[in-house]
Amino acid sequence: MKSPTPAFSGLRSTDSVPRFTWAIWFLLAIHAMVAVAGFIAPYNFETQDREHPYAPPTRLHFVDCSGKIHFHPFVYVTKAAGNDLNDYQQDCAQTAGIEFLPHGDGYTILGMFSSTRHLFGVRAPANLFLMGTDGFGRDQFSRLLYGGQVSLFAGFVAAAFSVIVGLLLGGIAGMYGGKIDDAAMRFAEFFIAVPWFYLLIAVRAFLPLQISPITAFLLVVSVIGMVGWGRPARLVRGVILSARERNFVLAARGFGASNAYLLRRHLMPLTFRVLLTQMAVLIPQFILAEVILSFLGLGIGEPFPSWGNMLAQAQQYHVLVSYWWMLLPGLAPIPVFLAYHSLAETLQERIKSNI
Amino acid sequence: MRLNRILFWWVAALLPFLAGSQAIAQEDLLRTTSEPGNRGGKLVIAQRSEPRTFNPVVANDQNSYGVNARLQADLIHINRATQKTELALAKSWTVSKDGTQFTLKLRRGVRFSDGQPFDADDVLFSFKVYLDERVHSSQRDLLLISGKPLKVEKLDAYTVRFTFPSPYAPAERVFDGLAILPRHLLEKDYQAGKIAQEWTLTTPPAQIAGLGAFRLKQVIPGDRIVLERNPYYWKIDSKGQRLPYLDELTFVVVPTQDAQVIRFQAGDSQIISSLSADNYAALEAEQKARHFKLYDAGPGLEYNFLMFNLNDDVEGRLPEIARKQKWFRDVRFRQAISAAIDRAGIVRLVYRNRAAALATHVSPGNKAWFNSSVPIPVRSLPHARELLKAAGFSWNAENMLLDSSGQPVEFSIVVSSSNSQRNQIATLVQADLKAIGISAHVVPIEGRSASDRLLNTHDYEAIVMGLVSGDADPAPDLNILMSNGQSHFWHLGEKTPATPWEAELDQLMQKQLVTLNYQQRKKIYDRVQEILAQQLPMIYLASPNILVGAQENLGNFHPAIIEQYTFWNAEELFWLTPAGK
Repeated sequence: MKSPTPAFSGLRSTDSVPRFTWAIWFLLAIHAMVAVAGFIAPYNFETQDREHPYAPPTRLHFVDCSGKIHFHPFVYVTKAAGNDLNDYQQDCAQTAGIEFLPHGDGYTILGMFSSTRHLFGVRAPANLFLMGTDGFGRDQFSRLLYGGQVSLFAGFVAAAFSVIVGLLLGGIAGMYGGKIDDAAMRFAEFFIAVPWFYLLIAVRAFLPLQISPITAFLLVVSVIGMVGWGRPARLVRGVILSARERNFVLAARGFGASNAYLLRRHLMPLTFRVLLTQMAVLIPQFILAEVILSFLGLGIGEPFPSWGNMLAQAQQYHVLVSYWWMLLPGLAPIPVFLAYHSLAETLQERIKSNI
Repeated sequence: MRLNRILFWWVAALLPFLAGSQAIAQEDLLRTTSEPGNRGGKLVIAQRSEPRTFNPVVANDQNSYGVNARLQADLIHINRATQKTELALAKSWTVSKDGTQFTLKLRRGVRFSDGQPFDADDVLFSFKVYLDERVHSSQRDLLLISGKPLKVEKLDAYTVRFTFPSPYAPAERVFDGLAILPRHLLEKDYQAGKIAQEWTLTTPPAQIAGLGAFRLKQVIPGDRIVLERNPYYWKIDSKGQRLPYLDELTFVVVPTQDAQVIRFQAGDSQIISSLSADNYAALEAEQKARHFKLYDAGPGLEYNFLMFNLNDDVEGRLPEIARKQKWFRDVRFRQAISAAIDRAGIVRLVYRNRAAALATHVSPGNKAWFNSSVPIPVRSLPHARELLKAAGFSWNAENMLLDSSGQPVEFSIVVSSSNSQRNQIATLVQADLKAIGISAHVVPIEGRSASDRLLNTHDYEAIVMGLVSGDADPAPDLNILMSNGQSHFWHLGEKTPATPWEAELDQLMQKQLVTLNYQQRKKIYDRVQEILAQQLPMIYLASPNILVGAQENLGNFHPAIIEQYTFWNAEELFWLTPAGK
């Protein structure tokens, strides 16, 4: 690999430093929000308000019906008007102020803390649907946060899975070369060539009915990860293949280091940055894979939300033309992807400037 | 001389008309009572998929029925709007006192769409084909009364007698949909044993003929089927105009309902059948601007239900299901589930109030047979809990339902992934059951895989599905309700009734089939509904309204709740504005 000129790489790396921090902070914030979804979300993801299907986002008011200005934001109680539940009207007589830290649906955070306190909410019979509701009257905003747990987690787990498998097989292939290398790389190519989508459909169809949606989902995620290890394995192999001829490795070998030792002590650490970049590239890819799978009904099942299965509802014509807020889950992955991509790019630049 | 010549020209000019009127006089035409309309124009109808065959002997899917019913005609027909029988190719019929013999007089002078005459031999030939075991016609089952076939005799060229082996209550309804085949075209194939392979989508249109209002003009596989007016059709309107009015009827393939809605909005198709309530609501606002009209024909004959697997062949083979069947077999468990389900919520959320909640499989749309004294269950969690307690269930500290051996009550609900309404129903049921401590997993799987589990492997715990009765009459339910019925879904292949109430159902269903008096038969069928509502082999949920739409200038458009909802009277449809599309 040819290293870029120092001036060039220096320019690039100073240029990318602010992006790097921006992306990291943003991703940390998103993941933290999603992790404490139960606290931030005013409702549970499966709480159905059967009087409010497809309710539009609740409007926050500072000015009431009579024109009086309030400093504390409040909402009006809404009711479906008419038979076909297409129209909601505000009742000027019933208001509810936004409360901070009210009690509501129970939740647990990271499987450790249970509570019923939420960051904000309103008292029944008023509702606070910041992004409207779906066809079951479930709060879209709450579901989007909970859905992030599924989507982001799926991307992360699948990426980690494929990177670890890629590191092991790619490392061995690069280190030992010859027939082992051939066998490992053909195997990797086979996995790159597998039409994973059909594989997933088949896996989903053969799963027994008794397993819970979460287990089924984890299985699907590991299948995505399993199939994705081919590319990282190739990359790792390339790095190791070139590094194993470098002087310090040859020197270590000369002192009697074993292959396993060399791999662990000298070669694997060299792949670290490459793998980090791969992670940053693969995570959004796998998040997208989850979104696509759920969009097609192969992801996590009801009532659990994910960005994909929330967006899947917008496949329906009537949703598409009538309820714009149902499209919001489609926007959620965009900033996450941008952040991951800029992270990957920055990592890439740093690797280049360091080599 | 001059006068003679004028007279000659007059006669010459009139001759075709005189000849025509004479021809009409020889034909026994059926005069309809609907609004007389204008000739001409084309109509495009979208279908989910193309028909599999033009052969009425082997057709067994809705798309094929829809097209074939335009190409073919039956002896006695069920009027989709009145749900009653009316004359078709039969000019009249008489029934013997014991109700076993039907003597049908056929219309004279009727011609097939290729111009060949029709008579009793065609009827005889058609029934011979339908009843022939080797042909495997889907209609054969209908013509077997308690396993015995009906007998057909020709009395003269235009009189046929049908003899049932025993009195048969649905009587003349059996003739509906049994197309009379052209003997001159199909007899050779029948004798060669290959009638089932005839009249496919690749058969040249000229080789296909029928007695229906239209005849085949063109087939573009995967895209469209064009029918043209049959000039020999045997119906006229009150003004004496020969039907049908339309010159062309086209069926286009539009695979999804959403795509159908868009095509309908764009005016590419002029009729839309079986709209979902959601799409109905989405289209409603545009009616005026786009010049179409939507119709809500009320609850149809479709019923959606939750059903538990009560098959006994899972013992040993599928131990997990066999274990759970101890709960499923307990009627109090099923009643508790029924009491926990919010049917009103299903009607409101899934069908936007355009549906009826159900207590049994008979929807209120079936006016002649609906038992209004069976109460529609209203959600009651206390009642559900009481029933479960009585059946030995209990709850732990986390409000989780446990059975008598302390095992948590959990089961999966299979649903066909392609049907969004049933998926929604399953999700609502899941939430309802959670309220009584039952954890139900909804498992959407591909439709064919779901029906394989239902019919063959019996590898499911519960299923949300829907069925559509073919007719308002109770007779088609025989297959489902009889313990040895082919569609006795909750427990297939019972040799003897597994429970006393199934034995009673068998008895009642047999009895209604031979009870000719409507009042008595209704009483029997009312009892059937009471048993079903009490025993709940299927937990009946809701029956959606039939929602359809058509261009507003389409005349004689009378949507019905029996298939085909919108174009069952295609021969009477016409464009109000003569230059209509």
